[in-house]
Amino acid sequence: MSFSAADLTAVGLTLRLAGLTTVLLLLVGTPLAWWLARTRSPAKGAVGAVVALPLVLPPTVLGFYLLVTLGPNGPLGKLTTALGLGTLPFTFPGLVVASVLYSLPFVVQPLTNAFAAIPERMLEAAATLRAGPLDAFFHVAVPLARPGFLTAMVLGFAHTVGEFGVVLMIGGNIPNQTRVISVQIYDHVEALEYAEAHWLAGGMLLFSFLVLLALYTINPPGKRGL
Amino acid sequence: MRTAHTLVAALVLMVGAAHADTVQVAVAANFAGPVKQIAADFEQATGHKTVVSTGATGKFYAQIVNGAPFDVLLSADDKTPAKLEQEGHAQAGTRFTYAIGRLVLWSPKPGVVDGEGAVLKTGDFRHLSLANPKVAPYGQAAVETLQAQGTYDRLSPRFVLGENIAQAHQFVASGNAELGFVALSQVTKDGKITEGSAWVVPLSMHAPIRQDAAVLAKGKDNPAAAAFLDFLKGDKAKAVIRSFGYDLP
Repeated sequence: MSFSAADLTAVGLTLRLAGLTTVLLLLVGTPLAWWLARTRSPAKGAVGAVVALPLVLPPTVLGFYLLVTLGPNGPLGKLTTALGLGTLPFTFPGLVVASVLYSLPFVVQPLTNAFAAIPERMLEAAATLRAGPLDAFFHVAVPLARPGFLTAMVLGFAHTVGEFGVVLMIGGNIPNQTRVISVQIYDHVEALEYAEAHWLAGGMLLFSFLVLLALYTINPPGKRGL
Repeated sequence: MRTAHTLVAALVLMVGAAHADTVQVAVAANFAGPVKQIAADFEQATGHKTVVSTGATGKFYAQIVNGAPFDVLLSADDKTPAKLEQEGHAQAGTRFTYAIGRLVLWSPKPGVVDGEGAVLKTGDFRHLSLANPKVAPYGQAAVETLQAQGTYDRLSPRFVLGENIAQAHQFVASGNAELGFVALSQVTKDGKITEGSAWVVPLSMHAPIRQDAAVLAKGKDNPAAAAFLDFLKGDKAKAVIRSFGYDLP
């Protein structure tokens, strides 16, 4: 008894989904977190609240709205159809879109905290040494925020691996497209294949523990960025 | 004198309340519509209360085996209640077929599904929704139908699987899948298909979906559990069941 071919397909798919989601989240989340950490705009509170929404919303809310807006009768579904992309539910790109939304706070919040902890005078010093804003960002801010980046990447990845409710609602359980590990475990349990379920569920437990152990060993809780 | 009357009235009410029990019913998702009506009729007729949970039969099985508080199971198949009885989780001698399910290929849009199901051979669609055949009897019947028609291998890459028949229906109703195999009861009211286009799959194309009910071990001493199954066998319930497109044994 060990992992079946279908289980391994689900594992591979989940890792692809989490990896791609993490990369996209860093691209989207870094400028957003920088803005949130530095801005004095009155919109700061509202944007911060929107970013944090997936932390408190049930996945069913996100799943429901994604299904409705991305479906053929929804505004985004009409847009993707007009662009020749078809509709996103039941597809891998659809899951990526959902995962980026779902895991957004897990990447943006550690980055925002890390950026906010950088003293203003460091950036001013960089400016007096004639570093441009981008130069200062990449050579001063990013190295200082490294623990924040590590936390953001690990939590963004791990949280996407742990996604279930949203995928169940918009995935359609398609092998190698949308049948991620959590759905595969659910199927095993429903079909009373408890031995198979244990392999995957135990694996998830071990994986999640090790990931968090590594994170908390490198970045002890309470330190900047967490 | 008046106080004595009030006292008697209060006592009568209390005695009445003591006789009203609550039956907790686990119901296969395809039967969600009829059970709503039947439970309301049952409460009115008997004074008992019902608490209805709908979901996938496979999930209910796992929950019942692990101590779920259900008194009665209205399954989507006949295997699950038989298995529960064999394992001592259902009361022997209470099993019976309360409905025979009908499978339908359905689209919410008119003109998509023809009366012979030929759309499966020729149709241009991206997604075909069905309940997960591994755990849902209606999904299994859909697979058998496609195999009988010889379209299974070609269409299986287009499957989207609902966790149960309710989700399979929802995928189609929301337009995310163009068509799907659902229970006739989900798209039928008063004996007629309410909207869109449909092919009611002939009974010859899949094994009959015999839906059995049973009193569970937890409901053994609950008079409302037996009363509910009795009511389910009655003419009033049968009329409701038929109006949702089910056959009766």
